[in-house]
Amino acid sequence: MNTIQQISVFVENKQGSLTAVTNALCQNNIDMRSLNLADTSDFGILRLIVNKPEEACKVIQEAGYIVSMTPVVGAKVDDTPGGLAKAMNAIVEAGLNIEYMYAFVNREPNCANVIFRTDDNDRCIAALQAADVAVVPDTDIYA
Amino acid sequence: MANYWNQEIECMSREDMKKLQSERLVAQVKHVYENVPYYRDLMDKKGVTPDDIKSIDDLHKLPFLTKADLRDAYPYGLLAKPLADCTEIHSTSGTTGKRVVAFYTKNDIELWHECCARAIVAVGGTEDDICQIAYGYGLFTGGAGLDGGSHKVGCLTLPMSSGNTERQIQFMMDLKSTILCCTPSYAAYIGETLHEMGYTPDDIHLKAGIFGAEPWTEEMRREIEKSLGIKAYDIYGLTETSGPGVSFECEAQTGMHINEDHFIAEIIDPDTGEVLPEGAKGELVFTSITKEAFPLLRYRTRDICVLTREKCSCGRTLVKMCKPMGRSDDMLIIRGVNVFPSQIETVLIEQGYSPNYMIEVDRVNNTDTMDVYVELTPEQFSDTVKDLQSKEKDLAAAMKTMLGINPKIHLVSPKTIARSEGKAVRVKDNRKLH
Repeated sequence: MNTIQQISVFVENKQGSLTAVTNALCQNNIDMRSLNLADTSDFGILRLIVNKPEEACKVIQEAGYIVSMTPVVGAKVDDTPGGLAKAMNAIVEAGLNIEYMYAFVNREPNCANVIFRTDDNDRCIAALQAADVAVVPDTDIYA
Repeated sequence: MANYWNQEIECMSREDMKKLQSERLVAQVKHVYENVPYYRDLMDKKGVTPDDIKSIDDLHKLPFLTKADLRDAYPYGLLAKPLADCTEIHSTSGTTGKRVVAFYTKNDIELWHECCARAIVAVGGTEDDICQIAYGYGLFTGGAGLDGGSHKVGCLTLPMSSGNTERQIQFMMDLKSTILCCTPSYAAYIGETLHEMGYTPDDIHLKAGIFGAEPWTEEMRREIEKSLGIKAYDIYGLTETSGPGVSFECEAQTGMHINEDHFIAEIIDPDTGEVLPEGAKGELVFTSITKEAFPLLRYRTRDICVLTREKCSCGRTLVKMCKPMGRSDDMLIIRGVNVFPSQIETVLIEQGYSPNYMIEVDRVNNTDTMDVYVELTPEQFSDTVKDLQSKEKDLAAAMKTMLGINPKIHLVSPKTIARSEGKAVRVKDNRKLH
């Protein structure tokens, strides 16, 4: 699969809401590959890329949180100036809106991974591939 | 030296007033029985006929009317005159389902204005005064009532309506207004703005203010009196009984005299409906004995109050009511608008949210604020901030349509709003109003 399942969690802006999520993952031996938090003064949306998305979803839900899975696209961009610009230009030129994006670590040298959430994953993947930007397969992420 | 608009009535002996009330009550019950099938049914069910009502002592035999009756009978079910005889309509602010629409004939308008004229004269108003009406005009009764009273007294009437505070102050200074009529929170705001603009009470010519339509405290009275350099008086009324002017404060500032020649007041036990003796605390009930188009008999206001017939230093013999001390239902008055928590619940259910919510009301810089905490559901959740914020906006808009005021919505995690056993506590009112 060329898309990755991202875990989205609704968290209120109050003490302890994030640690309860990370504790649940830790106790279940789930590895976090990336983490991103979008927040307002009232609430935040925690977005996670993990090695076992379905299990993560279940344990976070059991901890009392609202959680959902969203398929997103991971791109391998060159770790050089202009690397990210190339990928973004390809997406924008395909007429897609980027709802949000964030970077995450990987183990390959000279290469950075970026997650894109657009309004159309299939067209996003096609646009990236046409521009010669490699897409991260889910097998790279899931254990 | 006390001022009266209608000394004969305002200082009438107890005995004469009882006689006048009895005559009017008997005629009114007959009028309602003959012209309002809704109330006739209530009387029939209770086994009371107009012949059973011979004087005010028989008042307790009549059935009560409640807000629920007004809703059931909406819009024309309690109308006692042909529409052709009605000349005016007023309504409570924007509350679907619980909106009260009241009808007035020419005579009803006359008597309403008479009541407001008494209030204006009681605070020292004469035809030499310039009366600035900063209550809202329109469906709301505040503007229309005091405007009519001011005209009746012969004051120069400034129909400002509410808002545009700097212009209010400009007019106040240029035209030398002497009496201000508005809600107490707006009066406090005008006072604050006056000082912010670099003026002091010495720059204006106000001597008195008539403030009502929402609960306010003695502390607030002192604050307004100081910031505007005036004496601040309370006025009471509700759309159901015509509007402001049902009762008004005199120079003694120790409660509001009820215009008893038009409205008979009773205090009842809100649980049993039993009439309580003078001086007891209970729910205030009004019977309109002169209104033609919309004459409510034994209307339960839900305001908790005490009546007193102690001699007043102003010389008036009209019974006095204290400031309402609370409600016997869960109605909130926010920015002068009546809000029931059940209306918020209705909107939440309609929009697919959990009916577990919390309303927090506060008063910041003299303006009421309303925050509603709503539990998010898994179905409503989205991974983008934009989507969640637009859900908050949609909810606020739906509530604005229902209530007439715009709350701030806060989405919270499921099961974080305290569940309670028995009666749920849905409201946290941080204003200190009573």
